[in-house]
Amino acid sequence: MGIEITGVSKRFGDFVALDDVSLSIPSGQLTALLGPSGGGKSTLLRIVAGLESSDEGQVVIEGRDTTGVPAQKRNVGFVFQHYAAFKHMTVAKNVAFGLEIRKRPKAEVKAKVDELLELVHLTQFAHRLPSQLSGGQRQRMALARALAIEPSVLLLDEPFGALDAKVRKELRDWLRRLHDEVHVTTVFVTHDQEEALEVADSLVVINDGRIEQVGTPDDLYDKPASDFVLSFLGPVTTLGDRLIRPHDIEISRYEQAAVVDGPITRWTRVGFEVRLEVTPTDPRHPDPVQVVLTRSDATALGLHPGDRVWLRPQSGADTVVPA
Amino acid sequence: MTTLAPTDPGTARQRRSRASSSLTRGSAIGLGLTLTWFSLLVLIPLALVVVSAAEGGWQTFADTLRNPQTAAALRLTVTQSLLVTLVNVVMGTLIAWVLVRDSFPGKALLEVVIDIPFALPTIVAGLVLLSLYGPQSPIGIDVANTEASVFLALLFVTLPFVVRTVQPVLIELDRDVEEAAASLGASRFTTFRRVLLPALTPAITAGAALSFARGISEYGSLVLLSGNLPLKTEVASVRILTYIENGNEAAAAAVATILLVVALLAITVLQLVSRAVARRG
Repeated sequence: MGIEITGVSKRFGDFVALDDVSLSIPSGQLTALLGPSGGGKSTLLRIVAGLESSDEGQVVIEGRDTTGVPAQKRNVGFVFQHYAAFKHMTVAKNVAFGLEIRKRPKAEVKAKVDELLELVHLTQFAHRLPSQLSGGQRQRMALARALAIEPSVLLLDEPFGALDAKVRKELRDWLRRLHDEVHVTTVFVTHDQEEALEVADSLVVINDGRIEQVGTPDDLYDKPASDFVLSFLGPVTTLGDRLIRPHDIEISRYEQAAVVDGPITRWTRVGFEVRLEVTPTDPRHPDPVQVVLTRSDATALGLHPGDRVWLRPQSGADTVVPA
Repeated sequence: MTTLAPTDPGTARQRRSRASSSLTRGSAIGLGLTLTWFSLLVLIPLALVVVSAAEGGWQTFADTLRNPQTAAALRLTVTQSLLVTLVNVVMGTLIAWVLVRDSFPGKALLEVVIDIPFALPTIVAGLVLLSLYGPQSPIGIDVANTEASVFLALLFVTLPFVVRTVQPVLIELDRDVEEAAASLGASRFTTFRRVLLPALTPAITAGAALSFARGISEYGSLVLLSGNLPLKTEVASVRILTYIENGNEAAAAAVATILLVVALLAITVLQLVSRAVARRG
């Protein structure tokens, strides 16, 4: 059950947006489609919603083949990056829209709208217009509107992309809690790996119209299937001839069995972090290596800009040979 | 730094309070210019028309209106303008839609052609209409000297108004609003009626107001084709001209005042319609 995507392809002119994508999204989970812009993740979401048609392939939602079924009849909740609010309607009217279309009795509509506004903490804004709300509130309204039709799946296309950093963080914590309450199969598209790692039960990394890897946040972060996944999910640097995360490097001022050694050529302090750049003396690996450690570690090790240091992977750290 | 901090909000507050209590010099000059300009061009001439209508006394006013020829001209003008505006509301919106949402060969050309009725000197428009729909019509349609000629001429000159007011609003409309409506189960028609139309209504009514105003004031494009037959195809603006030519300025001013009232009424009604539709969604 959930969403079964089989062999979906989509081209826009010469551009291949999706290339034979197959994916199984289990019921009741919160899944993130993660990837760079133009990688095809939004197109895939829009095909599931019926807002875009695929050239080939099949999408089955909760056991129902949706081939040829228009968006109107898919019973899919969709949330857009820029809210897509009905500007001339009040918040309550926006939320009621889908139910009024379905010609539900007035009392039922009112009860459902009240319940949803409660859920998204907008009860006191029911009679405002969307233009009188903040971005975060508008997006919560859009979410309530999508949930009102009791959709079989809830799809969110870069839902927090238009919000500032602080609101974005609040809203994704809130989405996570909301999902734990509502339990509707939810898929959201994001290009922000931190957002995906923090919120989702499972991640689907999409690049160049293909699926790179599917797994839990831990799987993908610790066992990336490709150097693309490794570099996309977090910062990455080259140590010798392997790729590694900058915080997985052991640094020492004393000579030790090391992959690379050289002077600290750059020193940036950001909050509790110290970010270093070490330029290897070995001419075979001329690229500077990025190292990240906490400020207290840097102090404990007695590091200073210009010091000669020896670098090696920390024990247990994962490294990947670049393709 | 620390000594600066407390004074900062103070100056900010001062600046704000000054702005709210009185005009800055720049905006005072701006407002003065606007009012002077507006008075010279619009308010004073309009007031003069009303004054000269009043000078003739209530009797002249009533007599003018009771004149069958004048009454017929006013009726024809208002009826045809209303009809034309109605047609424009539908067709103009449709044309704007096609221009914004569809792509077809010759679209750029159509974009330019739309404005021609507006840009053309109206007497030239009249000439064009006469040669196409007059007694020597190459396509065999002769509407000269009939009410239809007034309707046709008005349609021609008012075509761009609704198109040009609706078009920019339609361009600005987010497509995802329509997609949101679709995903919530709304049919194309419901989406149009409940989501798009309320958003377009202010633009449509603005275009309708322009179109109606142009309709009741039109002269050049219809005099040639309509033949200005008293009681049949004579319009109010022609009637005003006749009064002036006969030296009856008070009667001319009376007709002008009626047209002014009709125009104000039309604009008010359209404003109300616009608000009502916008609220209904």
